[in-house]
Amino acid sequence: MSGLFNFLRGHQEPTSRDVAKQRLQLVLVHDRANISPGLLEMLKDEIIAVISKHLEIDRQGVQITFTQSRNESRLVANIPLLDGRRRKTSG
Amino acid sequence: MAAQVITITSGKGGVGKTTVTANIGVALAALGKRVVCLDADIGLRNLDVVMGLENRIVYDIVDVVEGRCKMRQALIKDKRLSGLYLLPAAQTRDKSAVKPADLVRVCDQLRADHDFVLIDSAAGIEEGFRMAMAPADLILIVTNPEVSAVRDADRIIGLLEAAEKDPAKLIVNRLKPEMVSRGDMLDTGDVLEILAVDLIGIVPEDESVLISTNRGRPVAMDEKSLAGQAFRNIARRLLGEDVPFQTFRGQTNIFERFLRMVRSNGRQT
Repeated sequence: MSGLFNFLRGHQEPTSRDVAKQRLQLVLVHDRANISPGLLEMLKDEIIAVISKHLEIDRQGVQITFTQSRNESRLVANIPLLDGRRRKTSG
Repeated sequence: MAAQVITITSGKGGVGKTTVTANIGVALAALGKRVVCLDADIGLRNLDVVMGLENRIVYDIVDVVEGRCKMRQALIKDKRLSGLYLLPAAQTRDKSAVKPADLVRVCDQLRADHDFVLIDSAAGIEEGFRMAMAPADLILIVTNPEVSAVRDADRIIGLLEAAEKDPAKLIVNRLKPEMVSRGDMLDTGDVLEILAVDLIGIVPEDESVLISTNRGRPVAMDEKSLAGQAFRNIARRLLGEDVPFQTFRGQTNIFERFLRMVRSNGRQT
């Protein structure tokens, strides 16, 4: 679906060079911090489990990302809540 | 049936051990075999990015050895090809974290449920090399048709003989047929004559290897690639099939050869 969308917007398939660069940037962030992407997935599942006990959240929308700059490392969790009003209109 | 453990090594770095390991693994799995590709280059993990599985790592071989996880938790299943698994190296530990006896134990654990364990060894002839040799039933030496790589391959062969390991088999990687026919590159025959070992594969230099590695999709998955075909042939030879070696020399097409003929004539006049 997103492929079709990109096609309609005139996007081209990324070159293998672009893919290589993106993959490297991602893998190096994790290498440098010694946090594997798989570990982030595990964290995500556990965070979802804990928060779901108390709040209704949009599980599909949860994003856990790791960012690093020169003087700080940061784990960012983006957890969209399902509020009653929106749930009624959408479901 | 118990798995055969095959160690891929070279002596010299950068000759393509990791690419060879990933692609033979892919080719064997495509033939219906259950394969574990094991990254034994502790501290310099790379088999994961070459196979395109880097985003799925949680545990690694050091976690298995030190008992922090079960083997099945560390094995990463390749979703593109059934029967293919990766056991990743640790990235932040040094080579002493896994001793030869540890690797033997890890392989023994893997033997029961798989047909092949392919070990991607570290470059060099020290600790990492000795560790990767310990569990091997068969050793594949990767070399390039260049003096330095052939010399280092010879050193490895000598060490294996001294350790009374079974004779290794040779893979000549990144052969440039064009240069061989010009007389500017060692031919496979030359390399074999110098090293006196059995050949199991010749892989031509092929741009599609880099392109597919960029994308994290080993070239053996690409039906059209020449190098991919060479890796698939190696897999079939490992299964005991008698597959004739491809001759790459004649594979410049007729048009190119005609063009070269015309051009060289032009130069003479």
